[in-house]
Amino acid sequence: MPTVFIPPSLRKLTGNQERIEVAALSVRDAIAELEDRYPGVGPRLCADGAIKPGLSVAVDGNISSLGLLQKLKPDSELHFLPAIGGG
Amino acid sequence: MATVEKEQQAVSTNGHYKVIGTRPIRHDGVDKVTGRARYGADTRLTGMLPAAMLRSPHAHANIKSIDTSKAEALPGVRAVVTSADLPDATDRVANLGEGTVNLKHLSDNVLAGDKVLYRGHAIAAVAADNIHIAQEAVKLIQVEYELLPPVLTALEAMKPDAPLLHDDLRTDDLGEIADTPSNVATHIRFEKGDVEAGFAAAEVVVEREFHTATVHQGYIEPHNATALWNADGHITIWMSTQGTCTAPQQTAELLDLPVSRVKVVPMEIGGGFGGKISVYLPPVAAILSKKTGRPVQLVMSRTDVFEATGPTPGSAIRIKMGVDGQGRITAAEAWLAYEAGAYPGSPVGAGAMCVFACYDVPNGKVDGYDIVVNKPRTNAYRAPGATNAAFAVETVVDEICEKLKLDPIEFRINNGAKKGTRRIDGPVYPRIGMEETMAAIRDCEHNRTPLEGKHRGRGVATGFWFNIGLKSTAQATVNPDGTVALIEGSTDIGGTRASIAMQLAETLGIAAEDVVPTVVDTDSIGYTDVTGGSRVTFATGWAAYLAAKDIQGQMIERAAKIWDCDVTAVDYKDGGVVGPDGKRFSFKEIAAEAHKIGEPVIGRGSADPQEPGGAFGTHLVDVEVDMDTGKVTILRYTAAQDVGTAIHPAYVEGQIQGGAVQGIGWALNEEYFYDDQGTMRNSTYLDYRMPTTYDLPMIDTIIVEVPNPGHPYGVRGVGEVPIVPPPAALANAIYQATGVRMHELPMSPPRLLHEILKQRASNGDQ
Amino acid sequence: MAKKRVVTTTINGEQTEFLCQPRQTLLEALRDVLNLTGTKEGCSNGNCGACTILMDGRPVDSCLVLAVESEGAELETIEGVAPAEGLDPIQTAFLENAALQCGICTPGFIMAAKALLESNPHPTEQEIRFYLAGNLCRCTGYDKIIRAVQDAAKSREEVTV
Repeated sequence: MPTVFIPPSLRKLTGNQERIEVAALSVRDAIAELEDRYPGVGPRLCADGAIKPGLSVAVDGNISSLGLLQKLKPDSELHFLPAIGGG
Repeated sequence: MATVEKEQQAVSTNGHYKVIGTRPIRHDGVDKVTGRARYGADTRLTGMLPAAMLRSPHAHANIKSIDTSKAEALPGVRAVVTSADLPDATDRVANLGEGTVNLKHLSDNVLAGDKVLYRGHAIAAVAADNIHIAQEAVKLIQVEYELLPPVLTALEAMKPDAPLLHDDLRTDDLGEIADTPSNVATHIRFEKGDVEAGFAAAEVVVEREFHTATVHQGYIEPHNATALWNADGHITIWMSTQGTCTAPQQTAELLDLPVSRVKVVPMEIGGGFGGKISVYLPPVAAILSKKTGRPVQLVMSRTDVFEATGPTPGSAIRIKMGVDGQGRITAAEAWLAYEAGAYPGSPVGAGAMCVFACYDVPNGKVDGYDIVVNKPRTNAYRAPGATNAAFAVETVVDEICEKLKLDPIEFRINNGAKKGTRRIDGPVYPRIGMEETMAAIRDCEHNRTPLEGKHRGRGVATGFWFNIGLKSTAQATVNPDGTVALIEGSTDIGGTRASIAMQLAETLGIAAEDVVPTVVDTDSIGYTDVTGGSRVTFATGWAAYLAAKDIQGQMIERAAKIWDCDVTAVDYKDGGVVGPDGKRFSFKEIAAEAHKIGEPVIGRGSADPQEPGGAFGTHLVDVEVDMDTGKVTILRYTAAQDVGTAIHPAYVEGQIQGGAVQGIGWALNEEYFYDDQGTMRNSTYLDYRMPTTYDLPMIDTIIVEVPNPGHPYGVRGVGEVPIVPPPAALANAIYQATGVRMHELPMSPPRLLHEILKQRASNGDQ
Repeated sequence: MAKKRVVTTTINGEQTEFLCQPRQTLLEALRDVLNLTGTKEGCSNGNCGACTILMDGRPVDSCLVLAVESEGAELETIEGVAPAEGLDPIQTAFLENAALQCGICTPGFIMAAKALLESNPHPTEQEIRFYLAGNLCRCTGYDKIIRAVQDAAKSREEVTV
């Protein structure tokens, strides 16, 4: 199952769990499942039907431009990271 | 000299390619050496009016009133604009191309509303018959200020009793908002493993605090915009920008118009380095144009550029690192406080992700803080956030190596990040070339040549930058003579017309010179993200590759029609189509045939690649220090970098050399000097001392090619990472030369001399 | 406002008369009156060299010269460097050595390099570095610019031999 790496700032909401496996086929499903199991996590990551501004989702190490629509593989890893720009 | 020459590249991966890896003359070269290339400020339109801006003389003040009547009454004045002319910006965060933008903040930065937050903050603008009248009129605008105390450094601004820049700003910790207002906009944390246990297992633990000054991107061309608000409601802006497509987005949002109403015509751009992404002038020029019915041109002065654009954050950084008896890193901790300037948005997130990115750290913790201060709103600058962090961590690594008597290059190879290493922020690396750049430096002639002489020292440091992907479009039209006209949306700051055209040429098997690339306006090409983030050769190159593949497919169809065979019987290879029975057309031949029959051949490519492939660079420097003045002379410099695949090696070297020299300036001289009222005291090139020809030796480069698995030609971004290692490499060299560890940038003569004298006094030989 | 003045100069070999205000710099006159926009403005206070032109054969920052001071002078700008066909060896050397990235400083560097090679046809690396220290480039780190000037010196030599 895909694994969500919980950012330290959200671990209060997940009982200090750092990694949570989710039965999800997309980033959207993964966040929905997290919110279901750990209420409050969802709004910290999403707003207005998208990943929050300033935040990005990395799937298997790559920042996804598809955001919530990004498909997951059974062994995918999800990370929520600060959005970065470049010079 | 260690620069990789063409012959040596035969053994590199570029040996596989015909065009990639060669050094053709850039397509826009002749225009740029003859003065014909037109930059933003060269725009000349019939009836065009020049305009000048009023900027705040104070670093922090409430604006009580603005009276423009005397300015308006001056003969020759055509229009005056203040923030009252801008639509009310909502406090909305919009994703405008690269990164996110808070529109209210952006609008207030373009023209201050009720508060000025830094010296140089724009307040009003005047369009007049000539620039001198406009400048005189600006002086006649009367602004009543209520002065507020300024706060100028991250550490000062974090104090509980610090003056607040924004009454409504509360610290955001991944969506958890603090109860009370603060200058700390954001807190970021990463954790991995068990940090306490990691430090307990260490043989040596070093903990140090570092400070870096505010520095500017320093592009030679000042910001400019020429706008025409046409009577049909369409706005055209001629400007120098890194973001051809993001500039109209930002401008449209600020003017509350649909984006389709704003067209940007990208002029040549005289340097950017991240500083020409944000919009400053276009909305102001547009409103002045609307009011006058004529095109209006705004060009910043050099002082405006220093005081109101750029810069990159000053920072305070604490690093703690533990290493065991076997020389393995056991734990590392970082605390980073970056100055965002007047509005939130420093690159502390990237700094926090980069700080330990070169190493395999089993247990780690990173805290980052984004802090507003009364300085210009900071902007990206080449690997934004990474240089500050690398200065700190690479200096600590050097000190640990000294304490444990380890070779600093071997230490970095043994502890270096590689494929499979999990970063502290979480993700696992794909194939990367950190080790290869270290090995290249270890084995280079420079490193194998002993450095002799008094007060001389050698230093090494490494650095990482992510690079980015994002969206790009390219379109290619096949001409009957077998050449290809390529249009693209990426403004060309450093030779990307060539590097993109070369990827198209490689794919079609034609000469680079047979591609004619043109950068076009936003009505003429699909959306293309900024020229920044080391992404253009990677992502727009990819779009060009796709356009070429599209052309290949059409040529195959055309050949099948001519040869009356099935398309599956035709293949595209070696620069042409091949069919049954040894039939073959070269690209030139099929281009001519295709023109005779059937529809024109136009290839399109649009890309949104997701795997930019991180970049690592390792630099080696020899210095000599004048112990009486503290002046550092660079004797020799070598930079090795994993570039994936070098498309045009000369411009790859140029990026490495230019980035290294910007890093050298950051390390040794450059800084914003503020007085206690928040006035920058060195806002000219005379006093903001960037490196000149006379300050430098040749910069030798070693191109390392570990192809990026995420790109058809293995390209990794090149432009940003070379600015990252120089400050630390120089600090480590200065230590070898003097025995003094520098923990503050810049390591300018007065600062270094101060430390040298302190050391002498404590050694008792003074 | 003071009355405009007529200034008579030779620009790129052609006698040129133009009107300017007494307070206009030569840089402004070149760019805004004569539309010779190849000469660039980087700082307008003589510190970046982007506006370098030759005045009676000497390199000057045209932002530090008043337009009226050019009365009777022979001026050469980047627009006059290339012969009718082809390029000057310095321009060719800049292209072949990839000695430009954004290109905004390039006209100034080429003018300064031309003055250098005319006064010192065989400069050492240190002499080139000293002579060009008044021209700022933020993109290249100067390495390839120095090599371009070295190459230009060689090819000028070949032309004269």
